[in-house]
Amino acid sequence: MKAGSSITIWFFIGVSLFVNGALILGAGLYALILAPEHKVVLYNLHADIWWGGLLFLIGAFYSWHFSPWRARARNEARKKKS
Amino acid sequence: MKFSPLLIASTLVHLSLVDFAIIIFYFALVIIIGMYLKERSNTGEDFFMAGREMTAWVAGLAFLSANLGSLELMGWAGNAYKYGILAAHWYWIGAIPAMLFLALVMMPFYYICKTHSVPGYLKLRYGKGAQTLSAISFAAMTVLMSGINMYAMAVVMHVVLGWDLSFSIWISSVTVAAYVMLGGLRSAIFNEVLQFFLIWAGALLIPILGLIEAGGWDGMKAKMVHNLTEMGNANPTAYTHLWSTLGNYSDNPMGIHWTGIVFGLGIAISCGYWTTDFLVVQRVLAAKDLRSAEMAPIIGAGFKMMVPFIVILPGLLAIALLRDPNTGALMHLVPADQAWSAAGQAQGLHGYDEVLPLMLARYCGPGLLGLGITALMAGFMSGMAGNVSAFATVWTYDIYGELINTNATDATKVKMGRWITLVGIIISIGTAYIVMHAQSIMDYVQALFSFFIAPLLGTVLTGMLWKRATRAAGFWGLLIGTLSSVGMYFWVKYDPVAVKYIAFSFAAQDQAQNMFRALWCLVITMIVTVLISLATTPKPDEELKGLVMGLTPLPREMNIPLLKKPIFWASIVIVAFVAVNIIFW
Repeated sequence: MKAGSSITIWFFIGVSLFVNGALILGAGLYALILAPEHKVVLYNLHADIWWGGLLFLIGAFYSWHFSPWRARARNEARKKKS
Repeated sequence: MKFSPLLIASTLVHLSLVDFAIIIFYFALVIIIGMYLKERSNTGEDFFMAGREMTAWVAGLAFLSANLGSLELMGWAGNAYKYGILAAHWYWIGAIPAMLFLALVMMPFYYICKTHSVPGYLKLRYGKGAQTLSAISFAAMTVLMSGINMYAMAVVMHVVLGWDLSFSIWISSVTVAAYVMLGGLRSAIFNEVLQFFLIWAGALLIPILGLIEAGGWDGMKAKMVHNLTEMGNANPTAYTHLWSTLGNYSDNPMGIHWTGIVFGLGIAISCGYWTTDFLVVQRVLAAKDLRSAEMAPIIGAGFKMMVPFIVILPGLLAIALLRDPNTGALMHLVPADQAWSAAGQAQGLHGYDEVLPLMLARYCGPGLLGLGITALMAGFMSGMAGNVSAFATVWTYDIYGELINTNATDATKVKMGRWITLVGIIISIGTAYIVMHAQSIMDYVQALFSFFIAPLLGTVLTGMLWKRATRAAGFWGLLIGTLSSVGMYFWVKYDPVAVKYIAFSFAAQDQAQNMFRALWCLVITMIVTVLISLATTPKPDEELKGLVMGLTPLPREMNIPLLKKPIFWASIVIVAFVAVNIIFW
């Protein structure tokens, strides 16, 4: 679904996951270097690093794939074809 | 739920800078989305129906998300702690069959008649009487419920984060008002889909890490039995079985019989909510074509089936794993009024509804905690946006356009839609403050909302499937059905012995009573509608085209590939639904 002329909802979701993933990954890496005083249960699994990284990658893919620029290019290509 | 939040001294979690950054980013993003969509909400169809251009995926995820409020998530995680896996019935038999029924049976009639709302369908089918009755009750109950949810959420934020009640109420209200007034239903739907992703991103880690800590499903079950036995529970194995303990009211923690679950929950309550509550149906009506409108509830059903993984499983894991960090003793969660009283706080008690925040605090450090809290807030705000956007549509089309200004132009309706959104939020805020000072009102309003669900289903269903149902029957069936529900509620309230007649057992708990009451009032509504129909003159067939089964030509799907047919995907969902019920029997 298109939100406006070219931005889809999936782009906003991508941006959200990308930014949140980056912040969580960053916090996880910081905690790895400077271990917190109060550790959560299963801290040794470093969930913030792999979960943040996963969100970051999914967000980056969505942001790129559904970016307004790519959507515009796709629309123009479709117009030329027809 | 009665408690004194102002007495709470300590908070459950403490946020760091990165957590605040995540929360602030969410608020900024939803406002940006609303501002961006403003240009696309100039006509009535745009503002109230999102231009009817949503794909099946967007409509389906919004359909599910409108129901996935944070109170729902926290409430059912708490119920899973209290009742065990029985709580999953509300996600499986209490949702899946109804969602598929909406998709395959009812949606064609809703969609083909191009109604703006469920009361709008009643007008076309039965006339103004039934429309007005359902519109006024829906509009009033929706904003009141929104206010109650607002208050409850503010209390949770106070308990979990130590935030001031008024701060939570105003910050969330102003944000929701801004993006719904700007972008209308399209903006609400966008944010619901965003919320769907945030909820999964924020909550999925809890069951994954919980299962690792518990030693897998079998390890969790063994720990649950051990801990429940330590708590003095007589039947600890009942907490991990869906059906095998439902033969007797006293064999399961919920005090319920399988007939209540199947007929009361699976038919009366579930179908009433998922097929006639305009809050959820509105999302599907915004689909771009009939096939998308049919696919949307099927997609929603597929994801609904997975929600217990992030809601019910944390509740079960809490039974298995939660121990006092200082003493190592088993943690006993208690009802909210007990936990959040001064005495409860002095003893360090936690309420059932705190299961999710407790598990969140257990596994999530800085960053992940912020995402989890953002998911809960996003859930609340989307639920509120759903309420006000549905309220604005019903008010504008079914009350203002029908009773106050019958000549309103499209532009006037859009203007009214924007203003009434603001008014709806102000009434909700007012309700939240009233409840803050008189909490007993909350129980009555919650009960009031339940009064209308089952009778509305009876009226809509009879009208949709039986062409003989008449105008007078629609109105009187709905009215008498609703009054019967009210009557049964107060009968039990003032004479507890009545439980035996309504739910067939003194052992029936609140949930069981609600189910049987809904079932009785559905039956009463349908009987009254049929009897009055037989005594009155029906509408001519010509006037019922597009509204009633048998008189509505449905588009054939002969040349559509199998993978694009709603019935194919509905079959897959049914197979998965049967499978999970057998696996957890």
